[in-house]
Order: sequence, then structure tokens, then C-alpha cells
Amino acid sequence: MVSLNITKGRIHQIRNIPRKARQARLPWIPLTIMFVLLVCACFAPLLAPHDPQKISILEAKLAPGENWTYPLGTDVLGQDMLSRLIYGARTSVFISLVALGTGAVVGTALGLIAGFRSGWLDVIIMRASDAALGFPTILVAMIIVTILGAGMENIILAVAVTVWARFARMIRGDVLGIRELDFVISAQIAGVSTAMIIWRHIFPNTINTVMVITSLTIGQVILLEASLSFLGLGLPIGAPAWGIMVAEGRAVVLDIWWLALFPGLAITIVVLAFNFFGDWLRDTLDPKLQRT
Amino acid sequence: MQRYILIRLVQAVVTLLVLSIAVFLSSHLTGDPGLYLLGPDDGLAEYEEMRKNLGLDKPLPVQYAKFLSEVVRGDFGRSHTMNRTAGELLLQAAPATFQLAIAAFILAVIVGVPLGILSAVKRDTIWDTMGKFFAILGIATPSFWIAIMLVLLFGPILGWLPTYGRGGISHFILPAFVLSWASMAGIVRLARSSMLEVLDSEYIKFARIKGLRERVVVYKHALKNAIIPVLTFGGLTLAGLLNGSVVVEVVFAWPGIGRLLLQGINQRDFPVVQATVLAAGAFYIITALLVDILYAYVNPRIRYD
Repeated sequence: MVSLNITKGRIHQIRNIPRKARQARLPWIPLTIMFVLLVCACFAPLLAPHDPQKISILEAKLAPGENWTYPLGTDVLGQDMLSRLIYGARTSVFISLVALGTGAVVGTALGLIAGFRSGWLDVIIMRASDAALGFPTILVAMIIVTILGAGMENIILAVAVTVWARFARMIRGDVLGIRELDFVISAQIAGVSTAMIIWRHIFPNTINTVMVITSLTIGQVILLEASLSFLGLGLPIGAPAWGIMVAEGRAVVLDIWWLALFPGLAITIVVLAFNFFGDWLRDTLDPKLQRT
Repeated sequence: MQRYILIRLVQAVVTLLVLSIAVFLSSHLTGDPGLYLLGPDDGLAEYEEMRKNLGLDKPLPVQYAKFLSEVVRGDFGRSHTMNRTAGELLLQAAPATFQLAIAAFILAVIVGVPLGILSAVKRDTIWDTMGKFFAILGIATPSFWIAIMLVLLFGPILGWLPTYGRGGISHFILPAFVLSWASMAGIVRLARSSMLEVLDSEYIKFARIKGLRERVVVYKHALKNAIIPVLTFGGLTLAGLLNGSVVVEVVFAWPGIGRLLLQGINQRDFPVVQATVLAAGAFYIITALLVDILYAYVNPRIRYD
């Protein structure tokens, strides 16, 4: 009886989501920022007024507004700040999304397996996720970079290693509840294979959680990527990535302050937007998820 | 309780061992240590001798056992780039990092807790908004950037504070603030939500119905119960501060473990990297263990889980 009620409640809840989402006020400002960021990332070559790597010493160190060909000024090499920021959006978005996507897929898969097939597999996966969650992320990333060397793939790997555990843990919790529901038990009785049950009957019911964790994590992923770039563990110096731009600006901050100011500001605004959006999505899709 | 402590203790030891294996293997995965220690004129004979001297001709488990017994005695080998042992360098850098972490921790607690409590007690007022704003910014701002901006503002522009290196109390202010801001933000949020939850409980309503003054209700009855989760989070924060200290130490030229680690990575100085990673990891694992035990002591429900 109890399980029947839960089943009904869940179906009811799932059906209601579109209406609830429509009723809730959309977070327009974060959505706009995210949209601008995505457009910048996708169409960087079309949007950027200059080549981000073009060096023109004669126009070096122009302050923002000093020359309207370069609205946000230029750096020590005369490279256009605005263009570099736009290309930086591309780098940050690409690395963060690939890393987060990898972490999400691996974490969700492991969470589904751990939740559905309890036993030693569950114990191993959960212990591993404890270790990954518990350990300081920069330290983990630095160990990985030490072993494999600096570079984009290794940053992606480092970030993925630090985020998968969050997905695994939450999804496992969800699955523990879902697998006791009537439709899963019916499917088992009907002889549906385990893989099919997980894919067709359990996974669709965890999508909300996956989306909420993704959107709550992306801000931290962007920050982590930027920190690693800043420390010189990612792309080579000179590449247009926001963390690297701040690092380059640091040396000359007394002379040309805008070099460090704008990329950092861009990171802050983007992370704020994703965090607000994540909070909104969590409140809309799953009011039960606790804020921690 | 004893059983719980025992289980946690075993877990901590296992985690430490796994970490030590990872660190041990890291030096093998990156290439043959026998190769890069050779001079340009050395031949195969010298290579074999070097491998023998370093014990690289033995099987991996034997090498690991040797590594572990050395590490336990604090012997991490000599730094390749600085004419010191890695253990000495670590000991030299450790106090700076601990002092900074503790300063940041104290700052996070003495600012974060009152701010969170204030936010909850004066809910939906300007105080609450300011507290939330402060917390949201603390989580979203990259610490390396805010560090540089504060250096610019308080150093050259205002000339109020020293911006690099270690020294008196004033040297602590900027790095400790930058290091603590993100954790402070977490503490503000947690203190606020914990306080709101307690203020909504039956016994607080009862205390109010009894006619106790609001101040007594909030600061005597509510605060005590609201503070427990905040303190445990605070403990974990102390451990997590190591995370941020790499970036902060680099920007403020703070001669601590984080800077040593980055230096070691950039110069591929493995003994230094191994020593710092193991020390930082051990510190984290031990702090987390102590926090868990403390939490189980304060909150009996955990013990039976």
C-alpha cells in the first residue's frame, strides 16, 4: 500500500514538472548571461573584433576606452582584450563542459550500478567516492598533473576525477528508493534484463537529479579550471584562457590593471550566473534536495 | 562509540595507505627515475649501477615497502633542485601554512558565525540581504583574482597593508581573508539555515510562550543547538583550507607548503612533490578523522548509523 502511494506520488510529481517550471519565475539575468557566454563560445571567431593572438606592439597597453578599436584595451603585446575574453569564454566553456560531462556520465553510471546492485561493487564504488569527495580538489588535480604533465586533456581528467563522486553518491541514493517501486519490481518479475531495467526504468527517473547536480557543480568546475590554468598547470602561457589571462595580468597589475581585472570579473559573473541558475533549477525540480 | 572510532580509524589508515601507493607510483609513471638522474656522459654500466643504488632493480612491492618505511621515518629523499632533503624543506614550510590556515579558520568562524546568526534572526531585512550577498560572492569569486585585486587596492593604491611575504600580524590580514572567504561563505549559509531551523522548533516556540525575553530565547536556547552543525563544518573547513592555500601562497609569496608543492611540480622535483602531497593528505585525513569523532561525540545518532 505504502509503495503504491509512493509510486503514484512520483508519477504525479513527474507530470507536474513542466507546469511548475512555467509557473516559477525564470531567472532571466542568469539565463541571459549563460546565453551570452554560450554564443561567445560557439561563435568566437565571428564575434571577436580582432585576432586574439595578433601582436601589435605599437598599440600595446592601451587603456579601456582610450581607443575604441580596442574597447577593453590591449595587453603588453598589443593583443585585443575583448577578443581574448571572447576566446577565453570558448576555452573555459569547452574544458568545463567536457570535464563535467565526463564526470557526470561516469558518476551517473557508477551510481546506477552501485544503487541497483548492492554488495561488494557498491562498497567499492562508495569508498572510492568518499575518497574523491573528501580530498582537496586542487591537490588531486595537482597529483594528476604531476603524473601526466600539464595540458588540456589532463586538466579535463583532473576535474572529472574530482566531480564524478558527487553524481555517483546522489544517484545511488535515488536508485535505492526507485528500485523498490512497483514498476521496477514488475519489470523484474516480467524477466526484463538488469541492464534494460536500469536504462529504461531507473535512469529516466534520475534525470532531474543529474540536471540539478550538473547545474550546481558547473560554477565550481569553472573556478577549478581557472585556478589550475592560473597556476600554470593547464594550457600553455599565451593561450586565451581566463585563468591564464589573470596570471599574465598579475605581473603587470600596477602598470595595466585591466589585464587582470576583466578576466577575473568575467569568471565571477559567469560563476554567479550558473550558481543562481543551479539554485533555481534545484528549487523548481526538486525542492527536497537540501541546500548545503 | 568505541566501535565507531575503531572503524573510522581503520578507514583513515587505509586511505593513508592508498594515498602513499598513489604517491609512490606517481614517480614510476612519470618515467624512469634512474634515467633523469644520470649525467650526459654516463653509459649503460652507470645506469645499471644507479638503478641498483636506488633499489629500482627490485620488484615493485619491495620498493614500496622500502619507500613506506622511509616515509614513516620522515625520510623523503633529497630534493633534486635545492641542496636539502625534502623533509627539511617540508618542515621549513609547514609552520607558515599552518599559521595561515589557522588565521583563516579563526577569521572564517568569528566573522561567519555571527553573520549567519544575524541573517537568520533578522530574516528578510537588510542584514539578511547583505549576509547572503557576501556569501554568494565568496563562493563565486576566484580566490587568485580577488587576491590580486586586494593586493592592488591595499598595497600600491591605499598603501595600508603589506602585500607579500611573512611578517607581523598585518602580513596575515590579506592572505587570511582571501583564504577564508569561500569557507566563510559556507559557514554563513550553514549558520543561517541551521539557526532558522532551530528557531522554528517546538521548544523555541515554548520558550517564547513562557514569556522569555527574545534575547534569552535566541542566544541561550537557540544558539547552542544551532551551532553544532556549524562547528563540524568548520572543522572540515580547516582541513579544506589547504586546498585554497596553494593559490593564496603563490599570489602572496607566502613561503608555505602550497608554494613548495607548485615549485616541486614545475621543476619535476619528485621528492619534494611526494613529501608535500603526503603531508597535506595526511593532515587532511587526520583532521577529517578528528572532526568525525568529535561529531559522533556531540551527536549520538551518528554512532548507530
